[in-house]
Amino acid sequence: MQDDRVIVCEKLTKRFGDFIATNEITFDVHKGEIFGFLGANGAGKTTAMRMLCGLSSPSSGKATIAGYDVYTQTEQIKKNIGYMSQKFSLYENLTVRENIEFFGGIYGLSDEQIRTKTAQLLQRLGMQNEANKLVASLPLGWKQKLSFSVAVLHEPKIVFLDEPTGGVDPVTRRQFWDMIYEAADSGITVFVTTHYMDEAEYCHRISIMVDGKMEVLDTPTNLKNSFHARSMDEVFYQLARGAKRGD
Amino acid sequence: MRTLRFLLRKEFRQIFRDKSIVAMIFFMPMVQLILMPLAADYEVRNINLSIVDHDKSPYSQKLISKIVASGYFRLTGYNASFKEAFGLIESDRADLILEIPHDFERNLIREDHHEKLFVAVNAINGTKASLGGSYLGSIIGDFNADIRMQLVTPPRFSQFPMIEVVASNWFNPVLNYKVFIVPGILAILVTMVGGFLSALNIVREKEIGTIEQINVTPIQKHIFILGKLIPFWVLANIVFTIGLLVARFVYGIVPVGSLLTLYAFISVYLLAVLGFGLLVSTFCDTQQQAMFIMFFFMMLFILLGGLFTSIDSMPDWAKVITRVNPVRYMIEVMRMVILKGSSFKDVLPHVGVVALMALVLNSWAVLNYKKTN
Repeated sequence: MQDDRVIVCEKLTKRFGDFIATNEITFDVHKGEIFGFLGANGAGKTTAMRMLCGLSSPSSGKATIAGYDVYTQTEQIKKNIGYMSQKFSLYENLTVRENIEFFGGIYGLSDEQIRTKTAQLLQRLGMQNEANKLVASLPLGWKQKLSFSVAVLHEPKIVFLDEPTGGVDPVTRRQFWDMIYEAADSGITVFVTTHYMDEAEYCHRISIMVDGKMEVLDTPTNLKNSFHARSMDEVFYQLARGAKRGD
Repeated sequence: MRTLRFLLRKEFRQIFRDKSIVAMIFFMPMVQLILMPLAADYEVRNINLSIVDHDKSPYSQKLISKIVASGYFRLTGYNASFKEAFGLIESDRADLILEIPHDFERNLIREDHHEKLFVAVNAINGTKASLGGSYLGSIIGDFNADIRMQLVTPPRFSQFPMIEVVASNWFNPVLNYKVFIVPGILAILVTMVGGFLSALNIVREKEIGTIEQINVTPIQKHIFILGKLIPFWVLANIVFTIGLLVARFVYGIVPVGSLLTLYAFISVYLLAVLGFGLLVSTFCDTQQQAMFIMFFFMMLFILLGGLFTSIDSMPDWAKVITRVNPVRYMIEVMRMVILKGSSFKDVLPHVGVVALMALVLNSWAVLNYKKTN
């Protein structure tokens, strides 16, 4: 098989003392794929994602991101990925424009690139009028869209989204997914966690984690068939019911 | 280097957007330098004195008025018995009791008779008590000499050879306390501002969560630390400059040595202090932790810095600690350059030590700042 795998993960494990947050997860993600990473609270999703982003060092197992090793080449990985954390993490006391400029600059974009990208981004988000407002003053939905746009500003190979639509209204969520599709069409691989099962249906493939283990991995259609379920909701219920961990 | 430019731009924007920080940077040095030296004075005044005069003679009156006229004492009691006066000490209304015995005058005038005065000291406030006691002692001694002059016809040459000590105060001729304390306070101010600002900054990013977004970028650690170091270095230099201006225009303290020497030292010194703050911040997860740790070290640094008490009179173990205390070097250099006019060559050893500290602390901070944990 032609190797277009951008994430290769083999028995990746993270222990915190006796607690095994992520237990030997094995999976691959292909270029341009939208990969849904599901699981109840405390199932180990964020921990796994932090390992893949080079924010956290794995306890055991192997993984390469865009061809780079998660143990030794974290800085190369960081050049090739975008990340949007669960917690909003743009600078609230900088304006929209200043945030874009700052992150563009950190990723090494030229002044010219920053200028054109800022203009494009503001136009696509319809935020031209908000460009010079402090990010703190924006509604949550806008913040999340801005956050995503900043995460893909440097055209990474993979973008990791940790519950990007938590607390966002349905209309904004739809717009958000349009942006995700756009990114995937342009060749960016999207790795996304979510608690919304309708969003799970939008993914090309999804995995569901229960108590640190990856229980299933398939397309939404195949999963529904094998669980004899009408919706992803039911699939999730059947799996997550057995979970011992939670919040 | 390009990345650094973006970092600096971001930091400066954030700092100057935060009104409280800007206010602190400009008002703190002004207020502290104008108020502190006026209030915190080494000279002991307003010593509460209670007198028990059993003699009630012209001589005892003379002595009392001489004491009061010195300006250091406040007569808070003129009691009939020592017991009564002691009540004042117990209720903290008197610091000293002077008991003048019966027949004070008669015994004084009679030759070959030594008269004894009794002084009781309330030693709860140590400095006040010991200084007060010795002031009183020297006033009485003076009084004694006066009487001798009056009563004994002075011989052509003094029968008792006496050595009189005449001191001349170099570098601070009139022993102006402010000349001594203002450079010290300025040194502490600059240290506090730099140390706290830098210690709290990275921790704040940790608390808000923005550090995650930074850690997931390919930014180099030393560039990130430099991006935090430089803005606070600039701010602390501004605070220092304001402080020097206050010293110049409020107290008329003009550095005898060159400003260039002063700034050369400060530049290196600030790197050490900021490095320390950054190091603390890499160890802490919350601003509260950072605050407590900084507070602990700042207290140590300041109390063992030689501003309030002399390092030479500290026990040996404390002297050892002062060697790794950056504040000590700062205060010394401030006094050397501002009061004595020391040249760069004179403060070179200080610069060396502080540069070493800066190197160690900043490297440690870079090492301890983990983008991956």
